[in-house]
Amino acid sequence: MRPFTVHTGTAAPLRRSNVDTDQIIPARFCVRSTRSGHADSLFADWRDDPGFVLNRPGHRGATVLVAGNDFGIGSSREYAVWALQDYGFRAVIAPRYGDIFRENSLLNGLLTVTVPIEAVEEIWAAVEADPAEPVTVDLERLQVRCAGNVTAFDLDPDVRERLLHGLDAIAMTLREEELIVRYEASRHPALPTTR
Amino acid sequence: MGSTLAQKVWDSHVVHRVATGSDLIYVDLHLLHEVNTPQAFDGLRAAGRGVRRPDLTLGTEDHNTPTIGIDRPIRDLDGRRQSELMRRNCAEFGIPLHRLGDPGQGIVHVIGPEQGLSRPGMTIVCCDSHTTTHGAFGALAFGIGASQVEHVLATQTLQLRRFKDLDITVTGRLPDGVTAKDLVLALIATIGTAGGQGHVIEYRGAAVADLSMESRMTLCNMSVEAGARAGMVAPDATTLAYLRGRPGVPQGAAWDAAVRGWTALRSDPDARFDTSVVIDGAALHPYVSWGTNPAQSVPIGGRVPAPADFADPEESAAARRALDYMALQPGTPMRDVPIDTVFVGSCTNSRIEDLRATADVLRGRRVADGLHMMIVAGSAAVRRQAVAEGLDRVFAEAGADFRAAAGCSMCAALNEDRLQPGQRAASTTNRNFEGRQGKGARTHIVSPPVAAATAIAGRLAAPADL
Repeated sequence: MRPFTVHTGTAAPLRRSNVDTDQIIPARFCVRSTRSGHADSLFADWRDDPGFVLNRPGHRGATVLVAGNDFGIGSSREYAVWALQDYGFRAVIAPRYGDIFRENSLLNGLLTVTVPIEAVEEIWAAVEADPAEPVTVDLERLQVRCAGNVTAFDLDPDVRERLLHGLDAIAMTLREEELIVRYEASRHPALPTTR
Repeated sequence: MGSTLAQKVWDSHVVHRVATGSDLIYVDLHLLHEVNTPQAFDGLRAAGRGVRRPDLTLGTEDHNTPTIGIDRPIRDLDGRRQSELMRRNCAEFGIPLHRLGDPGQGIVHVIGPEQGLSRPGMTIVCCDSHTTTHGAFGALAFGIGASQVEHVLATQTLQLRRFKDLDITVTGRLPDGVTAKDLVLALIATIGTAGGQGHVIEYRGAAVADLSMESRMTLCNMSVEAGARAGMVAPDATTLAYLRGRPGVPQGAAWDAAVRGWTALRSDPDARFDTSVVIDGAALHPYVSWGTNPAQSVPIGGRVPAPADFADPEESAAARRALDYMALQPGTPMRDVPIDTVFVGSCTNSRIEDLRATADVLRGRRVADGLHMMIVAGSAAVRRQAVAEGLDRVFAEAGADFRAAAGCSMCAALNEDRLQPGQRAASTTNRNFEGRQGKGARTHIVSPPVAAATAIAGRLAAPADL
């Protein structure tokens, strides 16, 4: 996983709530078998609309997506995270997320930051007034900075550590293998097996 | 202070408490389907890792499998490759797999329970958000993404922060014609698509105790549409009656011992829930969705709302977008909404009781002219049972299209079962998101009896309207 420390880039204001993962990447594109190659599938059903935020000249090349409440609800498809990353997004800022999407994003190094809706509104207003206005997402100081406003955010310390150093979650768990073996020895013998 | 059911299951699966507050949780059953998994296996191979417990892992093909012409290769090349990879990956790592055409094949959340694998007190995960279904047994069951699938394959564990607890108590008795589907739509309309975020829901109360196991599965299935991580019902006599005699379920003295353990799985009287909601079950009606998320639902006797009906500006804006996408006028009675396609199926409503309820309405009637009604069983076993009961003849005589194979079909719209732009469906599925059943297609979520009545009437209808 690519580490995430501090990222500064331009932002795309997505003034919508309840953007489910079917909108982020429609199911018909989830038949591919790779983690990459999904950039063109991102928001595929909205991209035909010339007024859609990613089609507006000033927001092309944005690396921070700023969305409304409950971004990434619905299907567990990790394609939603891969499509956002393939398109070039490094971070998402929103007041709330679907739980599974949030976990998926943080395991892939796409930093999903939770800030109050008021802070989202401020960023929307700033980057709509001037699309070149940079937004900084700072994982070291746990801050979002935009147009002179500084908003603090919180993140699980384990997750933060893993993101800052690009650590492999599986390798970290496998360090506890002895404990897994011990737990397995205590499992009830009547629990089902699949073969 | 006592513990909730969810806390008890969680506590009995802690492998390791991490100092910073998360837990390493052991996974008792890991279910896989062909979508969302090839990347996990690629990750294992790239890191030179194996599958720790193939004997606690089970694969099935359900999402992009065809429901007709199953002897022919999948036409979509990417979909065909995904299925081929599933077969190759399961063979390479020794994971049992129910391939399309096998007697045990079906939707992942239908086959787990029917094969006796989903039991009280277990932890169950799957690369699918509707894994919440298995919570009907008093299991802690939740959906995960591909990276977590890889983590479970390699370690049989997940590192997670404890979920919060949400008590949903449903009092009274559901009126005739009101199903678990209506109950869960009413719940989501009440608490919203984020009402359960970060929580495990425990469904309690007289109306829940009255539900059959299959209805409890419908209820728990849609917990994720309320934003919840999982939904659970404490095991009781209904649970035991369902489990008894299923493959691999203990018998004799071992059954008695298992029952003692399972019946202890309930929230203590002094357990603390983070949030509590009470729903009056006796006051419910059949529900239908009008918008593009499941919270945008009303009783079938209601009308399409106007954006101005919502005080919250965000909800009002969402309603405006939804009405535009759904091509509905505010104030229209829901019963006046014409429907051109009816779909009965999906992990929410494709079990034998759902097909029986559908057949009960269709029997002796004909599907409206020009309306296509498609019925897809949740598993090969459900389909065999339906045929044994003669439901296939009821469907055929009514003019409904009962598909030859089981799978997710038009709910996931990953195979060829898709709506065309502008088509309007009544579906027993779980999501009415934009484009969910096909680009530009419009979905109204309904229960199986409402789906069947709608198919006869050609517009949204309850059986009592016929």
